[in-house]
Amino acid sequence: MIMNLLSGDGPRSRILTALLVAIFFALALAPFLFPGTRPLDVAAKVCVFVLLVASYDLLLGYTGIVSFAHTMFFGIGGYGVAIAMSRLEAGWASVALGTAAALVLSLVLSFLIGLFSLRVKAIFFAMITLAVASFFAILASQLSDLTGGEDGITFKVPELLRPATRLLAEPFLGVAIGGRFVTYYLVFGASLLLFLALLRVVNSPFGRVLLAIRENDFRAEALGYRTVIYRTLANCLGALVATLAGVLYALWLRYTGPNTTLDFAIMIDILLMVVIGGMGTMYGAAIGATIFVVAQNYLQDAMKALSGAMQGVPLLPDLFHPDRWLLWLGVLFVLSVYYFPFGIVGQLRAKAKK
Amino acid sequence: MKPGIDWIPPALLLAIALGALAMIGNPSTWVTLTVAGLAMGLLIFIMSSGLTLVFGLMDVMNFAHGLFIAIGAYVAASTLKLLSAAAGSQSFLANLGAVLPAMLAAVLIAGLLGLAFERVIIKPVYGQHLKQILITTGGMIVAEQLIHVFWGPDLLPLPRPATLRGSFLIGDMAIEKFRLIAVIVGLAVFAAMLLLLNRTKIGLLIRAGVENKEMVEAMGYRIRRLFVGVFVAGSALAGLGGALWGMYQESVTVHIGANMMVLIFIVIIIGGLGSIGGCFAGAVLVGLVANYVGYLSPKIALGSNILLMVLVLLWRPQGLYPVSKQ
Repeated sequence: MIMNLLSGDGPRSRILTALLVAIFFALALAPFLFPGTRPLDVAAKVCVFVLLVASYDLLLGYTGIVSFAHTMFFGIGGYGVAIAMSRLEAGWASVALGTAAALVLSLVLSFLIGLFSLRVKAIFFAMITLAVASFFAILASQLSDLTGGEDGITFKVPELLRPATRLLAEPFLGVAIGGRFVTYYLVFGASLLLFLALLRVVNSPFGRVLLAIRENDFRAEALGYRTVIYRTLANCLGALVATLAGVLYALWLRYTGPNTTLDFAIMIDILLMVVIGGMGTMYGAAIGATIFVVAQNYLQDAMKALSGAMQGVPLLPDLFHPDRWLLWLGVLFVLSVYYFPFGIVGQLRAKAKK
Repeated sequence: MKPGIDWIPPALLLAIALGALAMIGNPSTWVTLTVAGLAMGLLIFIMSSGLTLVFGLMDVMNFAHGLFIAIGAYVAASTLKLLSAAAGSQSFLANLGAVLPAMLAAVLIAGLLGLAFERVIIKPVYGQHLKQILITTGGMIVAEQLIHVFWGPDLLPLPRPATLRGSFLIGDMAIEKFRLIAVIVGLAVFAAMLLLLNRTKIGLLIRAGVENKEMVEAMGYRIRRLFVGVFVAGSALAGLGGALWGMYQESVTVHIGANMMVLIFIVIIIGGLGSIGGCFAGAVLVGLVANYVGYLSPKIALGSNILLMVLVLLWRPQGLYPVSKQ
């Protein structure tokens, strides 16, 4: 049953299984286990980023193409919902409309970019996506009538999801059952479903063709698979899932702005997550996103303590300054690419094989 | 036999400039815009020429190239601060005595850093495109953070020396002095590069390597060594460009390089990956169009670069000057 849900592609390592089960239960029971606003924010962000990173893994890990435009599709989803909700009445119909419009836009854009640039080398695609994504970010900050510019859009969510809504008068197991509770489980459930769907895709015949293209595109073409078409399809699929992740994130934050969706820093974050977790494994997305988001929120506290303890030593306190946490993850990233190309998941699986 | 030069792209540049003159109508505005466009284009050319050669020669695309631009700007800012006496004086020669060392320091440090970067980061991943993109991006993340460690996270002011500010007035035409300097330096770099590539043995080997590196290797030349040299030179030029760009903007942030990278990519795609002449034509094209469109219709200006790239690629899918590869 469980293996069916996982499309027959299990974790294949005991430690990895334990980690994934722990992450799953921590996220599934987050409102009960970690009361408070900040931990729940972290949990929701983990859910969204697991999905976002998994959809990126479809491109990077399974198809072997580097796109720098993934945040653009993430942003399109966020802005789609935000614009629909702030212009029309804040109901489910607007959510559906905004999501649908965002999906169509993402599909058209990813199709055009793919068709236009995937014929040539991987490098060419990376450069084109970088240019297009930066153009889109500028566009979003300049069209302030539509997008709210640098300030972004704060919007109202449907009645059911509003923080003030109470479904049960009394708290259940010490947790208030209200709008935030429902929103969290909406985000969690949708992310889980889409993650399982992605797992299904990469383990389908289509996914195998993608792997073949990653390993040797010349040979795949010779076997009769049109690589351009498969790459473009993967690009579109990744873009659509990223758009949905953007929708979920916007619904959780009740806000969409350049800093939460389109910023190039988020693109870098996604790259770090997928590479550290493990490219081409899907589970790497779950591990990478969890580690990264938790580090982002809690590593800084640890570094503050470390930096304080080193006061007086030259340079060291600066290197361990709380704002420099990305430095250490960057070093980890570079080392991962050299020594563990399949990241944490790859290491654990290799260990299990011995 | 030497093939003739393809005159269509330069003719296109001229046509765009003349067309803009007709649309703008006012010759003095047009001169100001053209000089600004040339200055911007030549600065971009200085920064991107190394990248395109490195790609042509070794099939290596360095996504961390912007790092050298940022380093150049930061080093220039620090040097100018050290030489603040000369930089603050009212005499042109004293100012030059501050700006030249600043540029030299930027070139040296960026070049040295390029050498280290090639050895440590890029050397282990030759021939693996995916890893190259990932590893150079990772190198950029680490380096940006290190810049924060050494120079602090805040915006660094980079004041231009007094005599390099302001404009020359010729009739009613205003030409900013610093832009003129950028044009002169840019043309000098381009001329030196053409001389090196077309008139020396090293240049001959580089050009041959871009076309067919196996053959050059088969003739007994070490293309690896040549490549390291080109990489270091490209990094040094990026440092020079960064120093000039920083002085032009009068401030430096760590994102200066990453912001330029987008323009640089557009330029080398427009020019044709690996082609130095294409890089020059593409850079001038981007600079001119950005300034003309910015004046004529500011709304479209944001997308003008992307639009330009799409149009050029529709016309010549391999760029303005495609490099023939075996």
